[in-house]
Amino acid sequence: MENHGREAMARASISFACYTSPMPTYYRPTMSVLGPSMLPTLSITGDVVLVERLSHRLGKLGSGDLVRVRSPLDPNKTLTKRVVAMEGDKVPKGHVWIQGDNLYVSRDSRHFGPLPYGLIEGKVFMGVSNAKSIVSGFVHRMS
Amino acid sequence: MGTPSVLWNVAKKCFTVGVITLTVSDLFASIVPVRGASMSPTFNPKTNSLLDSLSDDRVLVEKLCLRNYKFSHGDVIVFSSPNNHKEKHVKRIVGLPGDWVGTIYDVVHVPEGHCWVEGDNSASSLDSRSFGPVPLGLVKGRITHILWPPQRVGSVDRKIPQNRVSSS
Repeated sequence: MENHGREAMARASISFACYTSPMPTYYRPTMSVLGPSMLPTLSITGDVVLVERLSHRLGKLGSGDLVRVRSPLDPNKTLTKRVVAMEGDKVPKGHVWIQGDNLYVSRDSRHFGPLPYGLIEGKVFMGVSNAKSIVSGFVHRMS
Repeated sequence: MGTPSVLWNVAKKCFTVGVITLTVSDLFASIVPVRGASMSPTFNPKTNSLLDSLSDDRVLVEKLCLRNYKFSHGDVIVFSSPNNHKEKHVKRIVGLPGDWVGTIYDVVHVPEGHCWVEGDNSASSLDSRSFGPVPLGLVKGRITHILWPPQRVGSVDRKIPQNRVSSS
């Protein structure tokens, strides 16, 4: 009986560690909050987006998609931008051209050039506006 | 009554093992074969063209370096090719962000967030001298040890080329 309990706990802790690991994985969607470069699509404060990590591996990515990419200027940062052009005449093979929707403040391919496809981490498929204020309001009511 | 539940148990165990293996190989380390002679004599020193896949060197790739992307000059890294994300290359880091690297024709500045990589076998290596600096975000791991063939098992040392790189 004791063995069962320990085994179950071991299994649960392993799956917890796998699911919450900070490294990029194939199967886990992530949530994150962004800055002003994607106005008016995504707001400055409190937007949370869900990113799925399968489509770009299967090649199901096209222009117009919102993607999460690892910044070519700093590998510890990720950016959320829109794919404006896939590889073709103007964009070299294996790269994409990304731009933020708010062209005035976005630092994107106009600044650092075409982005290697390997830096794409996932596709944004859902967003929650005002998530930060919803969460902080909820926490206030609880306390 | 017996067989379906036995099959289900086996399936559950296989799935668990699969998930754990995938997580360990993504987070900590994995073992990969090295193809080609661009890193000769460090890897695959016998440069005969009939190199079959069984005699390729197998190396240990550690992934812990990907937590903060801090690399040193002379590290051997695995990275996705900038021109084809499905291909992976193995080369040595010669320049880090901010360095000035001397090539035959000129001196190149390595931009922020990028690194300059070259193969140990300069004569037959497609590296930064052809495709330019590589964004550090494309790095998939760092090679620390050779695990196969047995006569060359050991750690992979940092080798820094003299008089070619000026750090800022």
